[in-house]
Amino acid sequence: MASALHVEGGFKMKHTKMSSEISTLERTRNRKRNLIPALTMAGPVTIWMMVFVLLPLIYVVFISFMQRNTFGGIDYHFTTANYTEILQPVYLKVIWKSIKLAFLTTAICILIGYPLAYYIARKPSKLAAKLLMLIMIPFWTNTLVRLYSINLIGQPNGFLSSFLMKIGMISKPLDILYSDGIVVVGLLISMLPFAILPLYASIEKLDKAYLEASSDLGARPAVTFLRITVPLTLPGIVASVILVFIPSLGMYYVPEALGGGKVMLIGSLIRNQFLITKNWPFGASLSILLVLITLLMLWLYTRIAKLDEMEVV
Amino acid sequence: MASRKRERKRRLGKGIGNIYAVLVYAFIYAPIAVMVVFSFNDQKTNYYWKGFTLRWYEKLFTDSSIVEYLWNSLFIAIAATVISVIVGTIGAVGLIRFEFRIKKLINNSLYIPIVIPEVVLGLSLLMLFEIIHLPLGFTAIILSHATFCIPFVIIIMRGRLAGMDLSVEEASMDLGANRLVTFFRVTLPMLIPGIVSGAFMSFTLSIDDVIISNFVSGPYSTTLPVKILSLVKTGLSPEVNALTTIMIAVVLTGLLINSVVQVLMRKRALTHTKSYF
Repeated sequence: MASALHVEGGFKMKHTKMSSEISTLERTRNRKRNLIPALTMAGPVTIWMMVFVLLPLIYVVFISFMQRNTFGGIDYHFTTANYTEILQPVYLKVIWKSIKLAFLTTAICILIGYPLAYYIARKPSKLAAKLLMLIMIPFWTNTLVRLYSINLIGQPNGFLSSFLMKIGMISKPLDILYSDGIVVVGLLISMLPFAILPLYASIEKLDKAYLEASSDLGARPAVTFLRITVPLTLPGIVASVILVFIPSLGMYYVPEALGGGKVMLIGSLIRNQFLITKNWPFGASLSILLVLITLLMLWLYTRIAKLDEMEVV
Repeated sequence: MASRKRERKRRLGKGIGNIYAVLVYAFIYAPIAVMVVFSFNDQKTNYYWKGFTLRWYEKLFTDSSIVEYLWNSLFIAIAATVISVIVGTIGAVGLIRFEFRIKKLINNSLYIPIVIPEVVLGLSLLMLFEIIHLPLGFTAIILSHATFCIPFVIIIMRGRLAGMDLSVEEASMDLGANRLVTFFRVTLPMLIPGIVSGAFMSFTLSIDDVIISNFVSGPYSTTLPVKILSLVKTGLSPEVNALTTIMIAVVLTGLLINSVVQVLMRKRALTHTKSYF
């Protein structure tokens, strides 16, 4: 019995070995036959991503450890000075302000966007599609011109100011230009659609039966909302947070168009290092910091929701 | 009594909902409304309303430097769209069909242009063009735009490919068609809807891009948004308002035509199915 088993076992082993030999042979042959189609089909995108995305990013990391020479070029000597420079109070202040404004924008976007997404999701699907379309249309107008319009609305001698003075809501001309407040308004206007779409997608998927069950079991609407609706739509909320927070953090044209250069954020700081003061290594180290903050956000996101939800968005 | 009370409460809730929605839409659309209204304003500095005029539109069509930048933007957007649709479509099929060592790396790298802040992508491309001595300008802008459009095309295509029956391709090859013929006559026609939405997405992203174009554009070859960014600081001429008003009018007309065509096609499809019975 034991020997029979042994023989059988031996045969099995031989058999699997043979089949694996065949399959490797076949695989090599397959690979050879597939080589040209694989090169022509997967090749271009592979090369593109390597040349235009991966290598440049690696180079940015490399440059962030190099020195700047007096002519605005790069000296290839290792240094960590670019990172310690970030710790200067003047730069920390800029970074802190950027995070604060991006956070504020994200919070307001969710607070405004969630009820609207809920409102749209409750409508019949044809009307909902139209309402979503209305959210999308502003995407096709130039963002900067819209920002400039906000600028016009906020002018101290503009029509909003004179209107508010006429009805007695304010006693002196409006003074909101070049302030953090108007920068947040600008960020809101350009980011709100990004917040609403994923929120809508997750609220729309929500099974109404849960809400009914909750209220049947005696929960008040507020309790149902906080304990059922919010947890079930959390992936949408987190997706919105990411889609709003990351672009708001690195955005520089909003503060430039509305802050009049008085509101300095990390995006403008980086841009200036590259296009104005020509301190590439320092700009590189700042952008690595920005990427790290982004990665931290994404890591939090994958902890809360699965990453493949992102593809839907 | 209780039901009437509940009914009243429900109606009140609905009313509040409607008012809320109107307010949010008003907030989103207020800047656009101001943009359109001020394109008819008879004053250069544009801070307050002076009177109705069409002269900015007239100027746009007779002598205007700003229109030139619109052509630049359109040219760049079309070129970037064509490149990203070709590379993206072929790449999406290739990345699903074939196994190779760095496939996972490439698949993950597709998410980089989507998730990292645009300013970082912009500066890394600027560095790249500096290293390879490519002068900043049209070519650099087109290559950069294609870089952030390709991942979107591939992701859209993947969604399309996932819902596709791949055995049709095998059948085609079993029946004697080679890979090339199969790709052009079987795979490609099935991918058309994905290609259209990928192209649409690329075009939209490219035409409104500010940040990346700002990094890689040259002094004489720049896009409309970058030009507007430089003008915003000194004050926009109502000419720009007029141009953007025309652009949004074109988009809205396109959307309208699209929905009318869809309704007509649905009607035609219905009559066709009827004729089978």
